[in-house]
Amino acid sequence: MPQKQHLIDPEICIRCYTCEMTCPINAIEHNEDNVVVDARICNFCMACIPVCPTGSIDEWRVVDEPYSMDEQLSWSELPEQDVTVHTDADQEEGDRISDDDPIVALLAEAHKGVGGVSRAPVSASRPTVNLYRPNQPMKATVQGIYRLTSENSDSEVYHIILDFGGKPFPVIEGQSIGVLPPGLDEHGKSYLPRLYSVSSPRDGERSGYHNVSLTVKREEQGICSNFLCNLGLGDTVKIAGPFGSTFLLPSDPEARLLMICTGTGSAPMRAFTMARRRTAGVQNGRMVMFFGARTPDSLPYFGPLKKVPSKFLKKYLVYSRQPGQKKEYVQDRMLVERELVAGMLQDAHTHIYICGLKAMEDGVDKAFRNIAESVGLKWSRCREVMREESRYHVETY
Amino acid sequence: MADVINVSYDTQIPNNVNLSSDRKVLKALEKWHPGYLDWWNRLIPRNLQQSMVYLRTAVSVDPKGWAKFDYLKMPDYRWGILLAPRLEGRTIPCGEHKGQPAWQEVPGEYRNLLKRLIVIQGDTEPGSVEQQRFLGLTAPSLYDMRNLFQVNVEEGRHLWAMVYLLQKYFGKDGREEADDLLRRSSGSDEAPRMLGAFNQETPDWLSFFMFTYFTDRDGKMQLESLAQSGFDPLSRTCRFMLTEEAHHMFVGETGVGRIIQATVDAMTRAGLTDASDINKVRDLSVIDLPTIQKKLSLHYTLSLDLFGQEISTNAANAFNAGIKGRYMESRIEDDHLLKDSTYKVLDFENNQTVEREVSALKAINMRLRDDYVKDAEGGIGRWNKIINKAGIDFELKLPHQAFNRKIGAFAHKPIDPEGQLLSSEAYSAGLSDWLPTTSDGDFIESLMQPCYEPGQYARWIAPPRVGIDNKPGDFEYVKLHMA
Repeated sequence: MPQKQHLIDPEICIRCYTCEMTCPINAIEHNEDNVVVDARICNFCMACIPVCPTGSIDEWRVVDEPYSMDEQLSWSELPEQDVTVHTDADQEEGDRISDDDPIVALLAEAHKGVGGVSRAPVSASRPTVNLYRPNQPMKATVQGIYRLTSENSDSEVYHIILDFGGKPFPVIEGQSIGVLPPGLDEHGKSYLPRLYSVSSPRDGERSGYHNVSLTVKREEQGICSNFLCNLGLGDTVKIAGPFGSTFLLPSDPEARLLMICTGTGSAPMRAFTMARRRTAGVQNGRMVMFFGARTPDSLPYFGPLKKVPSKFLKKYLVYSRQPGQKKEYVQDRMLVERELVAGMLQDAHTHIYICGLKAMEDGVDKAFRNIAESVGLKWSRCREVMREESRYHVETY
Repeated sequence: MADVINVSYDTQIPNNVNLSSDRKVLKALEKWHPGYLDWWNRLIPRNLQQSMVYLRTAVSVDPKGWAKFDYLKMPDYRWGILLAPRLEGRTIPCGEHKGQPAWQEVPGEYRNLLKRLIVIQGDTEPGSVEQQRFLGLTAPSLYDMRNLFQVNVEEGRHLWAMVYLLQKYFGKDGREEADDLLRRSSGSDEAPRMLGAFNQETPDWLSFFMFTYFTDRDGKMQLESLAQSGFDPLSRTCRFMLTEEAHHMFVGETGVGRIIQATVDAMTRAGLTDASDINKVRDLSVIDLPTIQKKLSLHYTLSLDLFGQEISTNAANAFNAGIKGRYMESRIEDDHLLKDSTYKVLDFENNQTVEREVSALKAINMRLRDDYVKDAEGGIGRWNKIINKAGIDFELKLPHQAFNRKIGAFAHKPIDPEGQLLSSEAYSAGLSDWLPTTSDGDFIESLMQPCYEPGQYARWIAPPRVGIDNKPGDFEYVKLHMA
């Protein structure tokens, strides 16, 4: 079966062995000539990537049979490859894999709201994309499936935990994975993968386990969502991906996050929050969230969210169908909290993330404009600057 | 956990050593800080200090997030104190205390020896920034300028690292030594830097690349052996410094490689194949290969002197005390005591170069120098590949270790690059073929014209094959402040 192999470019490597010293599982070795990665050991943890001073370490090939250590040690240059699988170098239009790729089209559509070319945050980790193509997916096992919304709620949202059985599936916060529903479409073809943003951090739903969680809402006619929501423990699912290379978490602990989401759009926000909690500790959240749902009953992660200290994550939970209360949308609450939002807009450390239904975009945009103008900023310009500086991110469906 | 991995920006000095709860050291460092900033600000030309440089800053020592890239002005760079995480149960790797728990405090009996090692290491860091202070004015590209400044700010950070150790662990005299690190200055008559190679000028970019290739590589070897120290804070400091040092090696190796590439490309375009036809090659405004060889020989031999005497009691004492190990000590398979083993050193006896078998303990410097030579040879091979690929018959070589030495068994001996002893007259006559002359220097200097357009490179140096942080070719690595 084709697989991805991590290689080092011998023409660019300077043999400083920093990668070898850094690799936590001793997958890197060298001889007199080359420094090479052992495909039998490497688990794609990516710890070697940022420490490489040359960029030679960021080489990948899809191979049927991995190159052996002896082969690699004898190379004076890298072999050609059929498909370049790693992410676009400068991460501009980083979602592109090939122009006619339907997944690219999906992501491009989802990121349209950014109003220009999406860019990954400068300090974001470099994501792996397209490691498993839809025609060679990874098999995952359902490790847990829990209903997140109350039984009374008409919204059925599930938290689904998938395990890859120790096989590498290096997905980072903000990326999506593609679920391949079984069966054939009306033309007798396999269904295209449906993209779901992971709601777990990079080291796993449970730290160190590298399992992933998804936040899935059952849609009445949804082929994939019904398939997922009906899964039981131990069932298997075919997964492609990871996908997406711009809607990512900045690694910079000084970055402030302004997260605006509705419904299952909370998935990446959950991943961001957990990742920060695991790395930065509880003191240093620097995160604000506006989260909208119809009712508390139908707000995914309502219980756990309530427990996150507000010093770490300032939360504004907003309901549009709360009986006896005025309808309130995220944009309404942003206007109420205009001082906070304006302050963040004026801070060059702020990154904005918007995720949820397409319908939310317009209202949120208007709220931003209103708030920006009230402090003498032109929103269109402000947004453009943030986008150029890779601090404005939209993913809506 | 969190305070070890993530850098605390709460105090003025970013650190992962919990400085805010160590008032005494924090105060000492804050007192030292203005003097350091003053040193930095006086050093590099003002318009370059005001420019926005795309720099890497360490925000965490964790491999996944240890460096963040962003534009900033160099004086705003956060020089921090970062130690690699403490390894539980680490023991002293060598010498008579081998196997005992690594020291977390300075062992009294070795206080002076340890302090001296730290001071010498610390002295080299600002020294190289001083040597390179004007290079930004003649940068062959914004990419190269950015790399120069990255090296400079990191050397500055390495000074901080040594100063922290002095102030934290050596009390009043540590603080005085820290002040002296800012008082001494490269090339100064009254208070020069401690090691010779750090008082030499870095007049041009070829010298800079050769310096980072050869002299910084000595720094790397020294750091590698200090990373093996039984004094754990020193070990942890050096381990993290090595990650940054790798970038300096990269700048040197690829810098020289790109100069060679530009030379052979220009020769190919002009239909020249004879590398020894220096004038014809120079007419193409690139640096001829024989001159590159001369520069190589100069910087290599200067750097060999940094390893000190081949046979050294001081080095033996440091190893035996467990405060300085060998290169990759933990990967060497022997008893790590060296009481009875021997090692071959090069010596000069009866007017010839000989190999002598001596106590391995006393040959620690020689061994490190051998490891260095081996490490340095790798890049030479890769440079030669560039020349070969272009079909030009020329080979760069490391000269014999006895050539052009000022320290050790071969100091001031008339030995040629092949290791042959010559008469003084023959040696003097040959020097202009082996080492750069004034006119070689003048020619190189004539090429040193700045090239500040994004994506553009001076004619004598080829563009890099990969951008820093994977940036595209025309990326503006430095936004120049031209006012």
